[in-house]
Amino acid sequence: MAAITERQKLAYANAQAADGRVNLEFETDEGMTLNMGPQHPATHGTLRIVLKLDGEQVISCEPVMGYMHRGYEKLTEVRTYPQVTTLVNRIDWLGSFANEVPFILAAEKLMDIEAPPRAQWIRTLLFEMSRIANISLFVGDMALHIGAMTAAFYAFRDREYVLNQIESATGGRFHPNFDRIGGLKDDLPKGWIVDTKASMERIRDFCDEMETLVEGNEIFQARTRGVGVIPADVAMAYGLSGANLRASGVDWDLRRDQPVGLAWNEVDWHVWTHPDGDSFSRFWVRLQEIRESTKIIDQLLDGLPSGAIMAKVPRIIKVPEGEAWVATENPLGEMGYYVVSKGDLGPFRVKIRTASFNNVAVVPWVTRGVYVPDVVTILASLYFILGDIDR
Amino acid sequence: MVLALHLSYWQVSALRSVGILAAVLLPAGTFVYLFLFKMVSFMQSRLGPMEAGPFGSMQLLAEVGKFLQKEDIVPERADRKLFKFAPYLVVGTVLLVYLAVPFGPDMWFANLNGGVFYLLAVSSISALGVLIAGWSSANKYALIGGLRAAGQLIAYELPMVLAVIGVVIQAGTMNLAGIVAAQAGGSIFGFDGIGNPYAITQIVGLCIFLVAVQAELGQTPFDMPIAESELVTGYITDYSGLRFMMFFIVEFASAGAFAAVAATLFLGGWTVPAAWADLNSNWFNVIGPIIMLTKMLLIGGLIFFVRFTFPRFREDQLQRLAWTVLIPISLLNILATTVLKVAF
Repeated sequence: MAAITERQKLAYANAQAADGRVNLEFETDEGMTLNMGPQHPATHGTLRIVLKLDGEQVISCEPVMGYMHRGYEKLTEVRTYPQVTTLVNRIDWLGSFANEVPFILAAEKLMDIEAPPRAQWIRTLLFEMSRIANISLFVGDMALHIGAMTAAFYAFRDREYVLNQIESATGGRFHPNFDRIGGLKDDLPKGWIVDTKASMERIRDFCDEMETLVEGNEIFQARTRGVGVIPADVAMAYGLSGANLRASGVDWDLRRDQPVGLAWNEVDWHVWTHPDGDSFSRFWVRLQEIRESTKIIDQLLDGLPSGAIMAKVPRIIKVPEGEAWVATENPLGEMGYYVVSKGDLGPFRVKIRTASFNNVAVVPWVTRGVYVPDVVTILASLYFILGDIDR
Repeated sequence: MVLALHLSYWQVSALRSVGILAAVLLPAGTFVYLFLFKMVSFMQSRLGPMEAGPFGSMQLLAEVGKFLQKEDIVPERADRKLFKFAPYLVVGTVLLVYLAVPFGPDMWFANLNGGVFYLLAVSSISALGVLIAGWSSANKYALIGGLRAAGQLIAYELPMVLAVIGVVIQAGTMNLAGIVAAQAGGSIFGFDGIGNPYAITQIVGLCIFLVAVQAELGQTPFDMPIAESELVTGYITDYSGLRFMMFFIVEFASAGAFAAVAATLFLGGWTVPAAWADLNSNWFNVIGPIIMLTKMLLIGGLIFFVRFTFPRFREDQLQRLAWTVLIPISLLNILATTVLKVAF
């Protein structure tokens, strides 16, 4: 090994100082510090995870968040209410329509407006479609993290069927920006219902395919079963929500338990839970969720009410003074907006509760004593979107 | 049987040098284009490269051109000499493996009496190169990748050797040309219509050999040394430009080399399973390599089909598979082969 020059020493010290607290804490004599991220394939985005390893076994682990902080909560304060939906679309960028809904519902709650039934149903439709678009990518992504590359391509391929439908209804594939206070921007285009039903068939085929290709694979099961077990009480204590909580055996779904006025109560569907709480059960629960979503969409399409898609809303939207909290069951888990209004054109304060932040918070607890490959499995199965962590 | 024309020693050496480069690069290029670019694309419902040349057939040249232009970066804290040396060691291993494989009655680079022994010995040198690459990069991901590769290669060397022993017992020779001849002239329990390709009588050995090859090559489901979702790219994380390309070529060239070994040991090598063929004919020096390439493509296709279908094992699961499943089965296979060899 070449002798270390003064320049190298200085560069290393600078790097140490820049890395700050985390490195000081982890750079000790025992064990090896492995810095995963901010640029690392497994953290799909800019999450940084500092692992302390003994061989390949994890002694401790700390996720460092904030590399993708975009200040959305602050930015909403200098936007008007209709402009905020454009921003919040980008929080969970894979299921963007679902981000708009709770904010609009909170604003409607403050203004005491209720969207007409047709708008509510179409909102629910698009909400569930963004759930499929989000979770179908999870399915491929988790397989990719465990090493099966082909499933990821299938996920990207079949997600298009949903994205095409979202695009033909809203004009945007990823960021529809379609929800308005009091209703929706437009009505559905002609022929959309038939096309959507066909695309739901494709999604169900995709689920079957993933069940045989990924879920039934022995290596996949060996890699995921019993890995990253989160018991129900720990899941509750860390504030997990969504499929991560349901995979720990907690029967909890805001769509059913806390109706916010959308059409979920009008249709027949099932909340799946899994008793194991391991990575496999998180995968399984999410796969079932896609199936349930297709069922919900099919039923909503059959019973879509006619009528207006926009309630009577003043031309210039001023929200009366007050505070409102609305949370919905988003693809990643519970997403809530706490909106404080002072009667202006824009909100005074907005606090956004996102699911991924809590879902990642459990990583240090669950990765103790596992091997490096299992860290990746656990991260993939907990499923986070970086925009949803840092906002 | 000798060639009609007589060449001086330096001419033979030059021919062999050209030949071994062709033997290494031709299957490697074919594998990259046929399997990595095209077969996998069709498996994954996409087209693969389509722009460079007809159906993207010149894509490989474009890639080589790209890598040649890239800067060859050596990390500041790396062990420079070892870091630069490692890719050559890995490339050298593949050349050495091809050295012993016969491609026709006279188409061989070296006709070794202990051919099988030699093959198994040199094929594990690449582990050294990988370990050197992982250590000298001064990168933790590379180090973990290198150590994983070393552990994996040690674990899978054993089933591979044991699987080949069955073939050696059946053929009664360690000379690869002799093994090919034994397969062409053999008989399966008295039936000699198709000779005796050991793929049939040593099917257990073939399966174990292919699993071990998959692990030796570090292809999924045994690609922990690379494990791109965990270790970025394992021991080649810090390599760039030409040196990265060498590792890349070696990945496919060694797939070709092991496919050639498997074809020689189990599929009858350069011969065809037909009783009418005169295997001593000079024509087999011409069509032998083509037959060999066909068989290599068959095995290579299997290797890459598995690679793009399965997820990855974990390191401990891989070791458990080697020591508790593959090695006992291959020992039983040797026992059964010996008993049947004595009985018939």
